[in-house]
Amino acid sequence: MADASTAAGYKVHPSEEEGVAREKLVENNRSLSWITSRVCGIVENPQPKLWWCLFIPAVLLFCCEVFTLVYLVSTGVGVWGNNQPVAWGWAIVNFVFWIGIGHAGTLISAILFLTRQKWRTSVNRASEAMTIFAVMSAGIYPAFHVGRFWMVWFLAPIPNSNAIWQNFKSPLLWDVFAVSTYFTISVIFWYIGLIPDLATLRDRAKNKISKLAYGFFALGWRGANRHWRHYEMAYLLLAALSTPLVLSVHSVVSFDFATSVIPGWHTTIFPPYFVAGAVFGGFAMVLTLMLPIRKIYGLEDLITMKHIDNMTKIILLTGTIVGYAYIMELFIAYYGANKYEADAFHIRILSGPYKYYYYCMFACNVLIPQLFWSRKLRHNLWVVFIVVNFVNAGMWFERFVIIPTSVARDFLPGQWGYYSATWVEKLMFIGTFGQFMMFLLLFLRFLPVIAIGEVKGILPQSDPHYPEWEAMRKKRRQGDSA
Amino acid sequence: MGNIFPTWTNWIAVKVLICLGALGTAVVALAWYSWTPKYTRVGYMPQQPIPFDHSLHAGQLGMDCRYCHSFVENSSHSNLPTAELCWNCHGPGKVKSDSPKLELLRQAMDVNDENYTGEPIKWVQIHETPDYAYFNHSAHVNRGVSCVECHGRVDQMPVVYHAKSLSMGFCLDCHRAPEKHLRPLDQITNLAWEADDVDREKFYEELSAVKGVSAQKLKEADSNKDWTQELLGKHLKEGWAVNPPQQCASCHR
Repeated sequence: MADASTAAGYKVHPSEEEGVAREKLVENNRSLSWITSRVCGIVENPQPKLWWCLFIPAVLLFCCEVFTLVYLVSTGVGVWGNNQPVAWGWAIVNFVFWIGIGHAGTLISAILFLTRQKWRTSVNRASEAMTIFAVMSAGIYPAFHVGRFWMVWFLAPIPNSNAIWQNFKSPLLWDVFAVSTYFTISVIFWYIGLIPDLATLRDRAKNKISKLAYGFFALGWRGANRHWRHYEMAYLLLAALSTPLVLSVHSVVSFDFATSVIPGWHTTIFPPYFVAGAVFGGFAMVLTLMLPIRKIYGLEDLITMKHIDNMTKIILLTGTIVGYAYIMELFIAYYGANKYEADAFHIRILSGPYKYYYYCMFACNVLIPQLFWSRKLRHNLWVVFIVVNFVNAGMWFERFVIIPTSVARDFLPGQWGYYSATWVEKLMFIGTFGQFMMFLLLFLRFLPVIAIGEVKGILPQSDPHYPEWEAMRKKRRQGDSA
Repeated sequence: MGNIFPTWTNWIAVKVLICLGALGTAVVALAWYSWTPKYTRVGYMPQQPIPFDHSLHAGQLGMDCRYCHSFVENSSHSNLPTAELCWNCHGPGKVKSDSPKLELLRQAMDVNDENYTGEPIKWVQIHETPDYAYFNHSAHVNRGVSCVECHGRVDQMPVVYHAKSLSMGFCLDCHRAPEKHLRPLDQITNLAWEADDVDREKFYEELSAVKGVSAQKLKEADSNKDWTQELLGKHLKEGWAVNPPQQCASCHR
């Protein structure tokens, strides 16, 4: 005799066989103390050899970045390949690439917090750190793209004897404010969230220096009721503050292009398209980092298949939105009456010098992530890892397709040009990966990679009606009455 | 577990923050005050190889600026006079030709002088436009901007010094409101000139020729207005169609 669910014509999900139980967010009934010691252990125990195998090359690559920057400043921006008509080359491509990666962190930390998505707790810390390091990598590019790095203070509205004042009508200036606000809020948010865990590390620290260091940054946290109330209110307010930033930052970045008149840039679809792309690329980078981290540090019980499954679904959703945007751009170019627009897209996908970038972009961002429709593939970590790396590459291709392709073919053939990056730009891009990895590895070494306090909050034990607590209370009541 | 930090550290963070804030404010204020041309350039008064006294020549003797700085109306650059020009007056048997102060001039000019070298006099430049800023003297002096606007009362300076800041903000102040600084062309080198010195009858006559409106009408339109620099400047600005550029590329070409 079949049960009711199969009789109704569908098969329930294995985890739902018992009523409406959800998949657990922490596997194997881990206790509170297990979580503390497992996460703090990453910081307290010696790092695996692999950490050094990654850290040393990362530092070397970071040195390459510093070298290219020194070379750039001492020689002049001419060492980059960009020139008229393609004034925005890899520097801006890489800026948008990195800033986009940062978006997953804010989405997880703010929007998923406000919408009470409990699964965020074990991935938010690392992805916020990733956000901060990605924005740091991003910021390098526009800062040096201004040409004279030491004049970068011109971007700030400081009354000065040169009577230089910012052009508040320019989206490039909005960009400065959007990105710097984003960075500031992200750092504060990340730090506030770290305070309870820093106190945990302080209390467990064995030697004087780490006790002092963690103690200094823990700001005297004692885990008192009052502390927690203030902390939670501060966290909530910051979440509310940074939620608009998830949408605004990349919208403003897209205005850099959308408010211009260049065919291929001048489209109203850009803000949502950029935001979706940023979340898409950001989650891909989160997974790229989380899959090895959970494996190496034995965090499979905290970052479960459920987490990975959720993130792959977000990638599938946002990737499909991005695919819709690509196709809508093409459709409008075909359907609209603007012949320059039509020509720009004809050049972009069929006749131009960069058409293979477009094909790479389309394959990596739209076609390959469709594999995630299959639950089986979503649960195969190798497949997930390979697909998200295609997405990482695809998002870089997307920015390249948008930026140099459009300006290389302007209105008049007399303004046409071809852009290719020089070794300086290439080494600098690799170097920012080194910088990103270096900071990330230092983060793993010195700070708790998972928000210990928050993960504990979603354990069944933290529910006041947890059966064991009920049993204890019952026992106590019986003892009282006896 | 004992306390890691002693009690005195409770407020140390706040104190440090206050001190850092005060220090930051002080540094900003100091930089703001001392890193601007108002501070770094105004008052620069180098010693010149020959102690040429502008207050004597341009002031007491009333020599026109253009006698020595002769290219100023025709060239972007306002020249320094050559030694030959000084020699016109200070040559053998002329004014103060034996003065010990003119030793360098005699070395430069007097072939009969035992110390004759023929070397030009190495005047020290005081007002310097940076290489990245294009400035044209003739464009300014031919449209009613007097020497005094940028160089101050040179006719009262025994030793010339940097009188105005000449910062970019200084340029823009005038480019944004030229009427505050324009004057009739024949008064360009009259450093003591003021708007009240103008012969108004003559001014309106000339203005009517430029504007194509009768002098009477122009005068009536101004009848209930005070005669100020702004009013005069406004007429000149309109008459000459002065429209000072304010784009970056007007000076940074």
